Amino acid sequence: MGMLPFAILLVAAIVGYMINLQSARAIRAGGTRLHSLSGFHGMFSALLVIVPVLTFVLLWLGFETAVIERLMFASLPSGTLDGLGSGEVQLIGAEIRSIAGGRVFGTPEDWKLAAAERLLAYEAWSDWLLIAAVAALSVALMLFARSRVAPEYRARQQVEKITTGLMIFCATVAIFTTIGIVFALTYETFKFFQMVSITEFLFGTSWEPQIPIREDQIAAEGAFGAVPVFLGTIVIATIALTVAVPVGLLTAIYLNEFAPQAVRSVVKPILEILAGVPTVVYGFFAILVVAPAIRELGVTLGLDVASNTALAAGGVMGVMLIPFISSFADDALSAVPQSLRDGALALGATRGEMMMNVLFPAAIPGIVGGVLLAVSRAIGETMIVVMAAGLIARMTINPLDSVTAVTVQIVTLLIGDTSFDSPKTLAAFALGMMLFIATLVINVFALRIVRKYREIYD
Amino acid sequence: MSDTTPEYSGAGHHGGTMDIVRKGLAKRKRKQAILQGIGIAAIGFSLTVLFILLASLVSTGYHAFTQTHVEIEVFVDPEEISEENLPRGGFRNVLSNSLGQYFPESDMSDRAEARVLSSILSNGAQFKLRDMLVEDPSLIGQTISLTVPTSDPYDQLNKGLIDRATPEEFRRLKDEEIENFDTLSELGLVSKPFNAGLLTNADSRFPELAGLKGALVGSFWALLTCFLISFPLGIGAAIYLEEFAPKNKVSDFIEVNINNLAAVPSVVFGLLALAVFIGWFGMPRSAPFVGGLALALMTMPTIIIATRAALKAVPPSIREAALGVGASKHQVVFQHVLPLAMPGILTGTIIGLAQALGETAPLLLIGMNAFITSAASSPFDSATALPTQIFIWADSPERGFVSRTSAAILVLLTFLITMNALAIFLRSKFERKW
Repeated sequence: MGMLPFAILLVAAIVGYMINLQSARAIRAGGTRLHSLSGFHGMFSALLVIVPVLTFVLLWLGFETAVIERLMFASLPSGTLDGLGSGEVQLIGAEIRSIAGGRVFGTPEDWKLAAAERLLAYEAWSDWLLIAAVAALSVALMLFARSRVAPEYRARQQVEKITTGLMIFCATVAIFTTIGIVFALTYETFKFFQMVSITEFLFGTSWEPQIPIREDQIAAEGAFGAVPVFLGTIVIATIALTVAVPVGLLTAIYLNEFAPQAVRSVVKPILEILAGVPTVVYGFFAILVVAPAIRELGVTLGLDVASNTALAAGGVMGVMLIPFISSFADDALSAVPQSLRDGALALGATRGEMMMNVLFPAAIPGIVGGVLLAVSRAIGETMIVVMAAGLIARMTINPLDSVTAVTVQIVTLLIGDTSFDSPKTLAAFALGMMLFIATLVINVFALRIVRKYREIYD
Repeated sequence: MSDTTPEYSGAGHHGGTMDIVRKGLAKRKRKQAILQGIGIAAIGFSLTVLFILLASLVSTGYHAFTQTHVEIEVFVDPEEISEENLPRGGFRNVLSNSLGQYFPESDMSDRAEARVLSSILSNGAQFKLRDMLVEDPSLIGQTISLTVPTSDPYDQLNKGLIDRATPEEFRRLKDEEIENFDTLSELGLVSKPFNAGLLTNADSRFPELAGLKGALVGSFWALLTCFLISFPLGIGAAIYLEEFAPKNKVSDFIEVNINNLAAVPSVVFGLLALAVFIGWFGMPRSAPFVGGLALALMTMPTIIIATRAALKAVPPSIREAALGVGASKHQVVFQHVLPLAMPGILTGTIIGLAQALGETAPLLLIGMNAFITSAASSPFDSATALPTQIFIWADSPERGFVSRTSAAILVLLTFLITMNALAIFLRSKFERKW
């Protein structure tokens, strides 16, 4: 049933294509010259059917659930929902839906059973209406397209207009995605700041989002102070960059200038493997190997080491970032013109001096851009910290202690059942907003640096 | 002045300058050697970590590719299981009584003793027996030979992961339990075949029964959705931007937008999917379709960038020749440039899909980490995906899941390597140098 509208649409498009193709060919066979090739007349019909009808079906399916729910609630006996909070209304909706789906728990009230039946009826109606509408629209468009087949009709221009429109739509999806992200985050964050004050979120030093269960606890002091969470992200990102930047840069320097071709052709693909390993694998590696090793080392040194240290999460994240930084630095070093290398060598510099005193400084802007992108990756990285870092927000910069991170909190707050009106859920969106803003600023800045730098030598 | 700073003296002191240069040369060369040395050390560090990573995964993961089974003769007691009552019946009792025949000295009427004995068998054994009997009720009253998985601790014991030398109070199996297992082992009833269940079972609370089927199917649906959406959208956007878009502020803005989207953290796409697709449009939770949508939005920038590079690589002479024989701009692009750019586009798409396959965070946020014991039959059913399954298993306390997690990772890496190898193959086979 669900696929039927799409099937009708597809058949209509193919049939329309064939009809127009045949009638255009018939005109041509009659000895008249057509402005456009017969294929364009066919394509015109197919596109004319597919584009509007597909849009219609997708819109219908997108709003179907919400509209049916509205109708169902409106049909309830008046007064049933009086005085109920939005959460309770949602719960009733979910119950009615599960009754309609055949999963009945206990003995529901009669009005719920009746509502479930009505829900099913609305859904059946909606399905039939959609199919009828799709069929009618398809046939109408097909006939319209058929009526356009004529020797002087500019089918090619029409087809090209439609495909250009489609391509423009494709290109704007990226913009719509950005708008969607910004709008969704802003909307939920705004709701969050109606419950928790913005200053408390930004400057509060106590993060205990699990506590507010009852209404009166939401305002409990300091439950949503995000400073320790931000600090945790900063600590872990700093550790990661402390590992990744030196190792990545030295790798790039060696590969770019000193490595024999054979070494280069082996090491580069291996580094690409390192870059292609999914982060969930790094996370498991951190808990399986790195964290126990660090703890054992700490015990032998007599140090007090937490079970999920910032060091383990940050160190493994650093390894993940090494190929990222080294490939950026390698590109930046390669982009320095040969004349600078030749000049330095001609003055008698060793290759090491040429690298450190000429190439490296000349490549600095590109390298900085790469490092900045690595920073934004480090603060946005999720799986490694979710698996290897802690859950409890502590105000500490001790790498051997357990800290949490922004992404960890987003995931833990949203895992499991989420309703969109509890401050717990909304807090995750507020954190996501902070993360988005931070990474966006860094990215824009970094991309600008990289781009500007490329232009210097081009 | 030349007395105090001889190194800066001019042409008159050739011998002196060369001496100084020569004196410093060894030091300078040493410096370069040190630079090279630490460069090699840095590479060595990366390689070592990669080696440890793979070695630890293989060394823990290979255990999960075999599974300890026991073969027992089961007398299907009609008093416990009757044909009318199927699929209900005392399957557990039948199994533990059958197990009792191998231990003549034990008293199966002692419930504690019986429980200890039957703990050898996996919880799935009774369901296997049930399914066999439902399929063929004539087996009731007969004695059948049944090969079933052992439960996780005995599996670990058989694989040598439980050290018999550990004092009993710190060991997961007591002396008595180990003795029981050894008895069966000496009777030649214990086997350790390839664990097909790892790929053909869905998830389970019991490590010995848990498999990746649900995750593989979920990942397939999510990736299919991702491909069907991101591939046409990505190519359309790339063609427009590369071939048709006028150079103005709007197309600049779109370009900046795409570059930024490529760098937005994946967890933010999860938030988008949760708020918009699930919260506003009311799409189902945990569905691979929604996961695929989120992944499509993430993969699109990768495909756009790869497609644009591939289109750029097609030389202008092709376009000019096509225009010269009277093709329209659209015909040039769709009939000449695009087919020539296809290998490059496909390479970029496969690499983008491989990234999407390993992506976890957005799928977690839309609930694809639910505990689901059957494979999804459509992209709208609840499902897990490979990376989220890895996350679930990594979080499970049972010891048996450690090796399962590593094995799941090895399966995931196999897929990724295959996809990347395919991309490299496509590139080397079809890419043309103009």
